This record gives sequence, C-alpha cells and structure tokens, in this order.
Amino acid sequence: MVHWSAEEKQLISSVWGKVNVEECGAEALARLLIVYPWTQRFFSDFGNLSSPTAITGNPKVRAHGKKVLTSFGEAVKNLDNIKGTYSKLSELHCEKLHVDPENFRLLGDILVIVLASHFGRDFTPTCQSAWQKLVGVVAHALARKYH
Amino acid sequence: MVLSGADKTNVKGLFAKIGGQAEDYGAETLERMFAAYPQTKTYFPHFDLGKGSAQVKGHGKKVAAALVEAANNIDDIAGALSKLSDLHAQKLRVDPVNFKLLGQCFLVVVATRNPALLTPEVHASLDKFLCAVGTVLTAKYR
Repeated sequence: MVHWSAEEKQLISSVWGKVNVEECGAEALARLLIVYPWTQRFFSDFGNLSSPTAITGNPKVRAHGKKVLTSFGEAVKNLDNIKGTYSKLSELHCEKLHVDPENFRLLGDILVIVLASHFGRDFTPTCQSAWQKLVGVVAHALARKYH
Repeated sequence: MVLSGADKTNVKGLFAKIGGQAEDYGAETLERMFAAYPQTKTYFPHFDLGKGSAQVKGHGKKVAAALVEAANNIDDIAGALSKLSDLHAQKLRVDPVNFKLLGQCFLVVVATRNPALLTPEVHASLDKFLCAVGTVLTAKYR
C-alpha cells in the first residue's frame, strides 16, 4: 500500500477541488496526442486528428479526455486503495484496449504540466512532487494486471 | 526525431521571451527536480540542497545557460554542446533517464510562470528540443 503523508493528501485534494475536470481532461488528452503523436494509434476512430487545432477542437477527444480525468478522480477519492480502484480498468487496458503502460506515464506527466499551467505559482515544488507521485501510482496500478 | 523549422522557431521564440529570467527558470527546475525525484539528489552529495541554496541557484544558472546556448545554435546542438557532452560522458556520467526528469521539471516551470507561452504546439516543440539536448549529452556515453 502506498503511504501518503497528511501534507501530500492535503495538496492533492486541494488542487483537485479546484480542477475543472472537463476542461483539464480535454486539454490533457489533446496535449498527449499533440506532443506524442504516436499515441494517436489508439484513436483511429476519433475522426480528424490532422493538426493541433483539429485535435484540440475534436469533440471525441474532449469527451474522452473528460472520461479519463473523471476516472482519475477515483484515485483522488481512494488514495489508500488505488490498486483496488483500478483493478478492473487495468484488465480492460490490457485485454481489450491493448495499451502499452508507458502511455499512462506519458499522460501523467502531461496532466502535471496542465495543472501547472492552470495553478501557476500555487503549483509549488511540493505540490508538483505530490502529484508526480500520484500519477506514478495511478500508472503503476493501471499496469498491474497486465499479463 | 528531428526538429522541424516550426519547432526551431517555437523554441527560439520561447527562449527569447524568457530572456534574462532563464537563470531563475534553471534554479527552479532543479529545485522541483530534487523535490519530485529525490533520486536525482544522489548526483549532488557535495551540495547544500536546502531551500534557497546558493549552490543550486548557481548550478541552475549553468543548466539554463546551456539550454540557451543550445537554442541559439539549434541547427547544430551537438556542436554547441560538444564539450558538455564530453563532460557528461567522462566525468559526470548522469544516468540517461534523468534528462527526461529534468525536462519535465523545466516544462512545469514554464507552465507555472508563463502558461500563455506554452501552447500545445510550443509544448511539443520544447519537449522535442529537451529530448534532443538529452540525446546530445548522452551521445558519447558508450
């Protein structure tokens, strides 16, 4: 089980409380597809991904980004059992979606950058540290049931 | 991975806007890296890594100057950083994974201080540039 200090928990929930899940989710997924274009391989049915503008404006990207970040919220609510929270999703990503777990790490880093751009100086080094730890734990949990 | 004309324009533009603050960006990058990735501190046992450390500030200034130099010579990063590349291969021998960690923290600093600058396109270009710098610095490792 991952140990979270009281400070880490506080930093995570206070940031999360101010996050617009729809906006941040859409932005994080769009940036993933733009900055690491090979990640588009999973979204061949999303329509127009031909340019950063197209990706940012793509309604399927926005909707899926919201879905992904909403799911991330489950980790925030269950910091003491992230493994259990993502057990089924891990199986799904392995068996049905066939997503290389490296992609979870890429998305996690992008999410941290998106949060940094929204929160500015409030996203202190200690705050970033807690969130880098969280995205790492989520990535690990999503990869855990791979076989 | 090749830097396109647009990438080069984006990176040069970013560093032009950051200007003299590059030193501060460098120091904060290191501070964030040490906080988020404690294993990176193993390369600095001889440093005071406490808050406001003059040594971290000084080293951040060096790191930033190298990034600025690379951006100013973006058509030949390998040439511009050749001596630094030798240094990292022969003396410093920082494990290659750490350049990605530094890069992540630099991106976060840009994002916190200048979110409007870090459009998705510039983000992509800067990420590529930082990868290229890391590649150059580890090119002579073996």
